[in-house]
Amino acid sequence: MATATDDVFEVDGQTDFESTGDPIHRTRKTAMWVFLGSEVFFFGAMIATFLLYRHTTDGGPGAEIFNIPFTSASSFVLLMSSLTMVLADNAFQKSDQRQGRIWLIGTALLGLSFLAGQIFEFTEFVNEGLTISTSPFGSSFYMLTGFHGMHVAGGVLMIALLVAFSLRRRLSPDHGMNVELVALYWHFVDIVWIVIFTVVYLLQI
Amino acid sequence: MALTTTPDDLGYTPPSTKGLWSWITTIDHKRIGIMYAVSSLVFFLVGGLEALLIRTQLATANGTLVSADAYNQLFTMHGLTMVFAVIMPIAAAFQNYFIPLMIGARDVAFPRLNAFAFWLFLFSVVLLTSSFFLGGSPDGAWVGYAPLSTQIQEYVRMDYYSIGAQLLGFASLAGSINFVATIFTMRAPGMTLMRMPVFVWMSVVSSFLLIFSLPVIGVGLWQIFIDRNFGGLFYEAQASGDPLLWQHLFWIFGHPEVYVLILPAFGIVSEILPVFSRKPLFGYSFVVFSGIAIGFLGFGVWAHHMFTAGMGPVAEAGFGLATMLIAIPTGVKIFNWIGTMWGGRLTFPAPMLFTVGFIAMFLIGGISGVTHAVVPANTQQHDSYYVVAHFHYVLFGGAVFGYVAGAYYWFPKWTGRLMNETIGKWNFWIMFIGFNLTFAPQHILGLDGMPRRTYRYAEGMGWDVWNLMSTIGAFLIAVSFLFFIYNLIASYRHGKVAGNDPWDARTLEWTTTSPPPVYNFEEVPVVHHQDDFWYRKYGVDEDGRAVKLTPEQAGKPDVVVEEHGMHMPSPSYFPIIAATGVALLGAGLVFISSGPIGFAVIALGAVVALWGIVGWAAEPVTREMH
Amino acid sequence: MSTASHAHPTPKTYWLIAAALAVATAIEIAIPYIEVLDPVRAPLLIAFGAAKFVTVVAVFMHLRYDLKGYRYVFGIAVVVAILLFIVLLAVFRAL
Repeated sequence: MATATDDVFEVDGQTDFESTGDPIHRTRKTAMWVFLGSEVFFFGAMIATFLLYRHTTDGGPGAEIFNIPFTSASSFVLLMSSLTMVLADNAFQKSDQRQGRIWLIGTALLGLSFLAGQIFEFTEFVNEGLTISTSPFGSSFYMLTGFHGMHVAGGVLMIALLVAFSLRRRLSPDHGMNVELVALYWHFVDIVWIVIFTVVYLLQI
Repeated sequence: MALTTTPDDLGYTPPSTKGLWSWITTIDHKRIGIMYAVSSLVFFLVGGLEALLIRTQLATANGTLVSADAYNQLFTMHGLTMVFAVIMPIAAAFQNYFIPLMIGARDVAFPRLNAFAFWLFLFSVVLLTSSFFLGGSPDGAWVGYAPLSTQIQEYVRMDYYSIGAQLLGFASLAGSINFVATIFTMRAPGMTLMRMPVFVWMSVVSSFLLIFSLPVIGVGLWQIFIDRNFGGLFYEAQASGDPLLWQHLFWIFGHPEVYVLILPAFGIVSEILPVFSRKPLFGYSFVVFSGIAIGFLGFGVWAHHMFTAGMGPVAEAGFGLATMLIAIPTGVKIFNWIGTMWGGRLTFPAPMLFTVGFIAMFLIGGISGVTHAVVPANTQQHDSYYVVAHFHYVLFGGAVFGYVAGAYYWFPKWTGRLMNETIGKWNFWIMFIGFNLTFAPQHILGLDGMPRRTYRYAEGMGWDVWNLMSTIGAFLIAVSFLFFIYNLIASYRHGKVAGNDPWDARTLEWTTTSPPPVYNFEEVPVVHHQDDFWYRKYGVDEDGRAVKLTPEQAGKPDVVVEEHGMHMPSPSYFPIIAATGVALLGAGLVFISSGPIGFAVIALGAVVALWGIVGWAAEPVTREMH
Repeated sequence: MSTASHAHPTPKTYWLIAAALAVATAIEIAIPYIEVLDPVRAPLLIAFGAAKFVTVVAVFMHLRYDLKGYRYVFGIAVVVAILLFIVLLAVFRAL
């Protein structure tokens, strides 16, 4: 009779939901949370760099260049994409593939809108004289928001793959990609933006 | 125990093990471990050659073997090669091979990710080394301080540095995430965290160090890349950028990195000592918790590499104090190791010789490290040969001796044959003498003012004799490695057959055949103790002495019943495709400012990477699921 | 495998949380424009940001209902990162 290990990664007795008890899923979720832990340091270092250079404008534009109302709208869009993503995950948990796909596509569209907003914003800033080579402020601003945008784009790609897999055959635990893991990644990208929005745009100290 | 199970009994058909294709598509952690080990050895020869060239240049005053420019590339590549292409992969080799075996698992959590990490590592070190022939090698020291690393944009040299290290970081990150997921969720029933072998504990700590520190240097390396190729101003003093930012970002990674290099060796030594002392490890919990403490504290000492950078007395005092603090958990381990040996029935086959050598040499290196923590003394020592002496004592006397000990200890498990003891003893003594002859004089040279990273020194400084001694020592080290390689090859062919458990050891890898079958264990063990294997073999008499159990007393080992057969992953070619794509992307980025070829290679790399990743995601983990 | 539903949020919960997050965001955006709040602007914005962060992590990312191990891993990452970068910025006297 096998004895259970008794530590924080083991499931004892009743589980909250089916997926928590499945050993393979636990392994994948552990890996995703660990990966997100590393991303905390990646974005942390870029945010720290930005904070270091927040006033180092070298004669060029600084925080006054920001269009808070516009960026607020983008932030709202990304925030709502977390809602659509969690609803998608919920639908797939109930095995409603069609509903899940609808919410996934909604999430991807919101993500793409956010990216469109970023591109528009950057184009405006470049026209107003802020580029990556204008000043350390410019370099750190574009690096931080640029890498964030790349993460959003990567997320949209993964969502597209999920939709494709769902269409071709049901998304199943046998395949490495699954909605819950992509959802974790997506929410993380959203909370990074929450921090960026507060620290870069709103705080302005 | 002969293998009597057929594929029908196993519930699956093991993949072919013949031919190059079987290696290219392997996802077996043991084969991946072997590939890491072979790569490490090959690059040790490369890094060793770089070292011999350096030492020959410095053997006499006003050396003329190499130019200053070539010398800069040599010491930069020597450092990069040894750290990233030798020590990291040999640690990865042992971790890959033995973590699953030691925790009673059949493979790691993500076998394809494991393969991807290896191939990306290999292609990245090949890319980095190819720099010698394609545009010039990095020449800004392994630390790549700005603005030296950012300002010379006519050559691609430091782009190789920025991208090469970045790619290696991805590979290590993938490997580390894999190990953490494996160790946390795939242990055999009954193997609680506090029953895991110390090697596994040290591996999980070192994995977390990488997971948290790699992203930080990742940011720094991108900043160097952006400054070099896109007009970024992160480190441009003229625009009020601060080059010191790079130093911080680098060392926030760089310091945890040195613990990453040594912790697995601490783990190996903690496995070897009990076996050859015939005693359990003294103070297991202390060894584990001190490892965890080193992990945490390791994130708080980075600026001790920057005491001469003008941070101010508050920062310097703080980091100096933290550095002295971190010597404590390390010291605890040394006492535990000595305590393990004390009162034991000691024998000294080769693994034990290298282990004891490790303890002594690491101690010396550790002590010189503590002298660095004293800030005023540090200003004397910084950038002198004293520092070179310190880190070679901990990295060679420590890490290399530890990993060679591991090689001698585990060679029988990998190959089924023991390494030759006589050659092993010659290997040890020549290496020990050669190593000390090379690096002990460097303490004196450093305190006498000889700067590091300088291609020649003048006559009349009083440095000639010590440098000559050091160079002779280096060649002796080279000779000792000839013994090592000869021993590896000869023993592989004609070594004494080892059987499952030649050392009468304590951990689970010794319960299975040598080498293990692809699925590791016929039956997954259920674990009831730390050092569970030992307790299957030995009971304890009234005086507390170990008494070998008879088969009747030992009984049947407690195992897991797998009703549906084993779930084993299938080989795949997508990991190597994905790794090729990422490496090509990297290669293209190195040449991004050199014209259209860079963009073409980036585009090609992106397409190949996408093919690899999408194929990987679409492919089922196992062809046969029950 | 049994499925206990008491700890699992429903779609209704998600909609409510999303509404709360939207309201919080609206308040945050207004704060810099309210001059009376200038002395406490930074702590207020940081508090709001932190609250949104924790809410998304706990509910949308299920961390509140999931195995403790995930919480430890992510929590330690966040805490160590914050401390580390505070020290870094302090050394630059940029805090």
